[in-house]
Amino acid sequence: MKAYLILENGVIFKGNAFGDIKESIGEVVFNTGMTGYQEVLTDPSYYGQIVTMTYPLIGNYGINLEDMESNTPKVKGFIVRENADHPNNFRYEMKLNDYLKQHGIVGLQGIDTRALTKILRKHGTMKGVISLRQLTKSEMKQKFTSFNNREAVKSVTTKKIYNLEGTGKHIAVLDFGIKKNIIRLFQKRDCKLTVFPAYTTAEEILKINPDLIFLSNGPGDPMDLPEVIETVKELAGKKPIAGICLGHQLLALAFGGSTKKLKFGHRGCNHPVKDIESNKVYITSQNHGYVVDRVPEDMKITHISLNDNTIEGMKHKSLPIFSIQFHPEASPGPKDAEYIFDEFLML
Amino acid sequence: MPKNNNIKKVLVIGSGPIVIGQAAEFDYSGSQACRALKEEGVEVVLINSNPATIMTDKEIADKVYIEPLTLEFAEKVIKKERPDSILPGMGGQTGLNLAVELYDNGVLDKYNVKVIGTPIESIKKGEDRETFRELMKEINQPVVESEIVTDVDSGLKFAERIGYPVVVRPAYTLGGAGGGIAEDKDELIEILNQGLQLSRVGQVLLEKSIKGWKEIEYEVIRDSDGNCITVCNMENIDPVGIHTGDSIVVAPSQTLSDKEYQMLRRASIDIIDAIGVEGGCNIQFALNPESFEYVVIEVNPRVSRSSALASKATGYPIAKVAAKIALGYRLDEIKNEVTQKTYACFEPSLDYVVVKIPKWPFDKFHFAKRFLGTKMMATGEVMAIGNNFESAFLKAIRSLEIGKYSLLHEPSTKRDLRELRERVKMPDDERIFDLAEMLRRNYSIEKVSEITGIDKFYINKIKWIVEQEEKLRRSKVEDLTKEWLYLLKKKGFSDKGLGNLLNVSPKYIYEMRKMWNINPVYKMVDTCAGEFEAVTPYYYSTYDEYDEVEVTENKKVMVIGSGPIRIGQGIEFDYCSVHCVQALKKLGVETIIVNNNPETVSTDFDISDKLYFEPLTEEDVLNIIEKEKPDGVILQFGGQTAIKLAKFLRKMNISILGTKPEQIDEAEDREKFDKILEKINIPRPKGKGVFSIEEGLKEAKKLGYPVLVRPSYVLGGFGMEITYNEKELKQYLEGTFKRDKKNPVLIDRYLVGREIEVDALCDGEDVLIPGIMEHLERAGVHSGDSITIYPSKKISDETKEKVLEYTKKIAKELKVIGMVNIQFIEFENKLYVIEVNPRSSRTVPYISKVTGVPIVELATRLMMGEKLKGLQYGVGLYKEPELISVKVPVFSTEKLPGVEVSLGPEMKSTGEVLGIGKNFHEALYKGLIGSGKKLRKDNGVILATIKDYDKKEFMSIASEFSRLGYKFIATKGTAELLKNINIDVSEVKKIREGVPNILDVIRSGMVDFVINTPTKGNDSKRDGFKIRRAAIESSVDIITSLDTVKALLNIMKLNINKDNLEIFNIKEYR
Repeated sequence: MKAYLILENGVIFKGNAFGDIKESIGEVVFNTGMTGYQEVLTDPSYYGQIVTMTYPLIGNYGINLEDMESNTPKVKGFIVRENADHPNNFRYEMKLNDYLKQHGIVGLQGIDTRALTKILRKHGTMKGVISLRQLTKSEMKQKFTSFNNREAVKSVTTKKIYNLEGTGKHIAVLDFGIKKNIIRLFQKRDCKLTVFPAYTTAEEILKINPDLIFLSNGPGDPMDLPEVIETVKELAGKKPIAGICLGHQLLALAFGGSTKKLKFGHRGCNHPVKDIESNKVYITSQNHGYVVDRVPEDMKITHISLNDNTIEGMKHKSLPIFSIQFHPEASPGPKDAEYIFDEFLML
Repeated sequence: MPKNNNIKKVLVIGSGPIVIGQAAEFDYSGSQACRALKEEGVEVVLINSNPATIMTDKEIADKVYIEPLTLEFAEKVIKKERPDSILPGMGGQTGLNLAVELYDNGVLDKYNVKVIGTPIESIKKGEDRETFRELMKEINQPVVESEIVTDVDSGLKFAERIGYPVVVRPAYTLGGAGGGIAEDKDELIEILNQGLQLSRVGQVLLEKSIKGWKEIEYEVIRDSDGNCITVCNMENIDPVGIHTGDSIVVAPSQTLSDKEYQMLRRASIDIIDAIGVEGGCNIQFALNPESFEYVVIEVNPRVSRSSALASKATGYPIAKVAAKIALGYRLDEIKNEVTQKTYACFEPSLDYVVVKIPKWPFDKFHFAKRFLGTKMMATGEVMAIGNNFESAFLKAIRSLEIGKYSLLHEPSTKRDLRELRERVKMPDDERIFDLAEMLRRNYSIEKVSEITGIDKFYINKIKWIVEQEEKLRRSKVEDLTKEWLYLLKKKGFSDKGLGNLLNVSPKYIYEMRKMWNINPVYKMVDTCAGEFEAVTPYYYSTYDEYDEVEVTENKKVMVIGSGPIRIGQGIEFDYCSVHCVQALKKLGVETIIVNNNPETVSTDFDISDKLYFEPLTEEDVLNIIEKEKPDGVILQFGGQTAIKLAKFLRKMNISILGTKPEQIDEAEDREKFDKILEKINIPRPKGKGVFSIEEGLKEAKKLGYPVLVRPSYVLGGFGMEITYNEKELKQYLEGTFKRDKKNPVLIDRYLVGREIEVDALCDGEDVLIPGIMEHLERAGVHSGDSITIYPSKKISDETKEKVLEYTKKIAKELKVIGMVNIQFIEFENKLYVIEVNPRSSRTVPYISKVTGVPIVELATRLMMGEKLKGLQYGVGLYKEPELISVKVPVFSTEKLPGVEVSLGPEMKSTGEVLGIGKNFHEALYKGLIGSGKKLRKDNGVILATIKDYDKKEFMSIASEFSRLGYKFIATKGTAELLKNINIDVSEVKKIREGVPNILDVIRSGMVDFVINTPTKGNDSKRDGFKIRRAAIESSVDIITSLDTVKALLNIMKLNINKDNLEIFNIKEYR
C-alpha cells in the first residue's frame, strides 16, 4: 500500500507501507549497521523513533525469537529500502513484515533511504510521520507540535522489581530501557541482579546493599529525567556506580556536567572509540542522540570517539564510578569492547 | 606509534606475470602501496618482471627494475640499491614467496634489510599449514580435521580414517593449483601425485570435506599496536567446494544474522592478532548453514584478490593503509581519504550490494574441462554495484561480455531437466544459467538449493528475475507499463535484455524510457553509508529519485576501460587507460573513466576525476554520456571492449576522439580492409574464401602448401589451423563444412616468415613508430604468444624503411588519429601486412618503457588535436636504445585441464615478462628465467616427439643439444632418426604400446624438458595432446615451436653466468 514519509522540513518520500499499516509519528533517525535489524527493533533506546536502515536489504534472515533485546519492538516506525520477501536462515522463524504487523508497528519500504540519510545528516534528526495519505500543512504542524518523547523512559522501564539469581556480585540495575544483552553479559559473569524501575528511590536501591549500581541505557533526553538525576546524586559515593549510554549521561548530569543533543546522533556498528588509558582503538556499537559535552570536574575522560572526538567514557577521579557512552554489550555490533563489563565489576 | 623515521628506502616486490590466480589485482595493490610510501618521503625500489604494469612506471617508484623475480636477481637489486627495508605483502603469493626465500637464505640479514609490515614469522604462521593449525588450536579456533602429508601412502591412510570425499590442498601454490576434491581412492592418488609435485615445499594438506557449507571471507587490517578492524565481509554464493576465485561473491554478506556476522568477525580479529599481521589479511571461513558451527579455512597474510575486491566494494584503500602501517603508523593516525575527516580506523558501512562474477577463459578454450572446483580457472572478474541484489547481479552478468543481457541461455533451454539437474551438481561456468532454466521450468526452489548448496535467499532472487523474464516473453510491448518498466529498470534489467524478451529493439525500450523519463541516477560509494560528507568521485547507477553527481562545465573526456582480464585482453589495456587519463589530466581536461574490473588501477577512485563503476555496454555507457555530456569519448585504449562501442556511439552522434568509427570499421572488416590494401598497393598473403572441398584443394594447389585455414565466421583465431598437405587440408575442410555448409572457409597462403609488429602514432599527416618489434617464433604463432624482440638486429634497414612506408600509407588511408597496431610478415625479402588494429595493443606498455616514448600520452594528445611535430619525439622511426629487451609470454595452461598447450594461431598466454640485457642472449636468458623456464644444463634429458614436417630441421638442433651433454628419450620414429646420426637416445613406448610409456616417463620426473611439435592441436584423443598435458601437469617445461627451442639452445650454448649479468633501472634504458 502506498505510504509517505513526511519530514518536519517538508520533504516527502513516497514508498509502500508494510507491517501494521497505519500512521505513525516519531523522530526520524538512521542506523548504518548492515546486520542486526532485529536487535535494533527491540532496543528500548529507540523508543519514540522512526528508524531508517541505511543498508538496503533488510529482513534477509528473518526474525527469530532469540535475538531480542527486549520483549517487543520499540521503534515507532521502520524504514527500509527493501524488505525481504523470502528470508532464509537456519534460525528464521518469521518474516519481518509479520513480526511488525504482530506488534502494531508500521514499516515503510521502497524509498531512497540514502537520500533520506543525507537529509538527516545535513539538517539533523527531525520529526517525521509515516502516513497513508498526503497531509495538509496544518495537519502536519499540529502533528509535529503535539509529538514529544519525554515520557520515553517511563514507557520502557520495568514496572516492578525483579531478581535474577547468580553466585557472584550483586548488582542493582536501574532500568531505563535496558537491553537484554547487558543482563546476559552480567549473568555470564555470575552476577546476581536486582532490576529496579527507573523511578526507584535511592533508599530503596541501597536497601539491597548491592556491590555495584548499574545505570542502564534508555531512550530520550537525560534532561527529561530530573528525579532520576537526583536519585543518582544520592547514590554517589555510597556504592560503586557504572553506566552505559543514558546511564552515563545521567551520571554526568548528576555530577555537574552537561549533555547536548547531537545533530544526527551515532547509530551503527562501526564507530571507532579510543580507550585513552590503554591507547587502543575499539570498533563499537553505538546508539545515542545525546552526548556528554562537558565532563564533571571530578571526572576524567576515559574514551573518545575518533569520528567526532565526542566523549565516550568517563571515570570519577576518586570514587569507584565509571560510565561509557557506547554499547559494549553489542547486539547488534562488534563485541570488541566486552572487557568493559569486567572493568565495571572491578569497581 | 607514528611513522618510523629509520625507514628511508624500501624494496617492494611485484607479483610478476599475470597467471590464473594472480592477475591485475597486484598491480593495483602494488602501485597503491608504492604511492603511499612515496607520499611519506620514502625512497621506493621496485622489482617486477611484468612490464605491462602501472607499478613498473618510472613515476610509481624511484628505482624500477624489470628483472626476473628470483632469489639471484632480487639479491642483485638489494646489493645494488641497499634498501634498509623490504615490504613483502604487496606482490601476491609470488612476492611473498620471494621475500620468504630472501629471508630463509640469509640475504636480508646479509644486507641488513628489515622486513616491514607483517613479519616473516607471522607470514609463516599463516602460510604453513601445520603451524597455522597448531596456532588455531591454541586460540580455540576450529579448523577442519586434516593432516599434512608428503607422500601418497600416508594420504590414503588418513582418508580411510576420516572417510571420503577428501579435499587436497598443496602448500604454497597459487590459486589452489594442484588441489582438488577426491571422491574415492583412485581420484585421491591422482590428485595427490600432482599436488605434491606442485607444492614448493612438497607438502599437501588433506582434509575432511565441508562441501556445501557457506564460504565467508573477512578482510582485516591490523596495525603494529594491535588495533584491528574488518574492512568488509563477503559471502560466496557458491558454497565451499568452488574456489573463491571461481565463485560468485556478494559483499557484504546477505544471509548472516548479526550473531553469525559478529561471531566470524570476532574470530577474524582473534586470528589476525594471534598471527601478528601488521597490514592487510584475508581470512576464509566455512559456516555450516544449519548451525553456528564454523571452521577457519585459510588465511592470506597479505593483500590479495579478495582485498582488491573489498577495496573497490567499500572504497577503503586497503593496500595504501597496509603500506602506511608498515611504515609504523597506527590506524588512528591514517586519514580516511574518502571523508578526509575521519580516520582509517573505522569499518566501512555499505548502503548498496556488490556482486562479483568470475570471467572464465572457456570462450577461448572450447575444449577445456569446465568443471569448477578447488582449483581456480578464472582469468579475471567483473564487479557490479546496485542497491538491490538483482540489479548488481544483472549488471555483473552483462559486464562479462558473453553476450548475455538476461538469464536466458540458449544451450540451457535445450537441456532437459534431468540433465540440468546433473549439470548444476557439477558446477561449470554455465551453472547460473542452468539453474535459472530449472527455475524457469518451475523446478523446486528447495531442491535447487539443496543440490547446489546455494542459499534459498539467492535462489528466490533469481527466481524473481526468471519470472519477470517469462512474463515479458508472454507480453507484448504494449503491455509494458511505466510502473512495470520502472520496476524492471530498478532491478537491473537492461534495455537490450528487455528488447530481446519483448521482441523489440533496445532502441525501442530506450525511447520508451525517454518518453516516461525513466533515467538512472548515480550514487556515491563513500565507505560510510552517507553518514559523513564524502569527497570520493566514485559512482554507480540506480533508478532512484536523487542523483549525487555534480556535473561540471569543464572540458571533459570520457575514457572507456577494458573490462575483465581475459586471454587476449589483459592488464596492458588497463595500463593504457590509466595513462590516457593521466595525460588528459596534464592537459587540464576533466577525466571520467568507466570500467567494471575491480582488480585494476583504473578503478582506483583517485586515478580519474570521476569513476563510474558500470558495465561497458552500449546502454550503460550512453547513460553516463547523457549525464556527463563529455566533449569526447576515447575508445582506443579499452581493447576490443571499447572498440566494439564505436558503431553504436557514432549512431547516437557521440563524439569519438581519434580515429573515426567509419575507419575503425574499415580496419576490422576483412573485405573492406582487403580493398584498402589493394588500393594503396600493399601486399598481403594471398588467400580466398572457398565453399567446397574441391574448390579448397584447387585453391591450395595454386597458393602452395602449407596453407592457413579458418572458418570465416569466427573471431579470435578460433578454428584456425595450418595444414601442410592435401590430406590434412581435406580433413580440415570436411570437418568444417560438415559443421557449417553456409559459410566459406578462408584459405591463405601460410608464409613461413619473420613476423614484425609495430605500434604507431599518427596525427593524420605524420607517423611516429616508437619501435619495430620482431617475433622470435615464425608466423603462425599468435603475436601475443610469441617471444618478442626489440630492437631486432635481424631486421634490415631496408625492411625498416618499408615498415615505416607501409605504416604511413595505412595510417593515412585509415585516417588514424592516435594509435594503430600493424603486424607484418617478411617472407623472401618481401613485406606483407597481415593485421591492423586501429587501437592500442598489448605491446604498448613494454615498448613505452624500453623506448622511453610515452606512447599513450602522445596518442592522447594527438586525439586532443596536437601534432606529432610539436611533441619533441619527432616523426618516423624513433631511435633505438642500446639495451635489448625480450618479451616472453607466460601461460596458465597447467591450471586449465583439457586445454591445448602447443602454440598456434589462437592466443593462449595470460601474461608476459620482460628480459633486458646488453645483448639479445642476455635479454632472452632473463626473459626465459623470468617466465619460469628452468635452464638446466648438466646431464639433462630431453624427451622429443617431432612431427614429420619438422624432423629435418630438428636433427641439427638435436646434435647440438647432444654436444652439450643432453640425452634424448623418444618414441620409435624420432628415436631411429636420432640413432642414425649417432645421438644418445633411449626409446620409449608410445601410449598405446603399454606401460611404462611416454606419459609415465614424463610423470616420473626424469625428463628435464619436452620438445613436441604438434601435428594437430585441440584433439584430446591424440597422443601429442596427452603428452603435452602430461608435461604441463607435471611441471615439466615443454616447448612446441622449434624457433623457441633454437633460442633456448643458443642460450645454453653461450653458458651465460648469471652472476655476471647486470641489472638495469628503468631510467637507464636509454
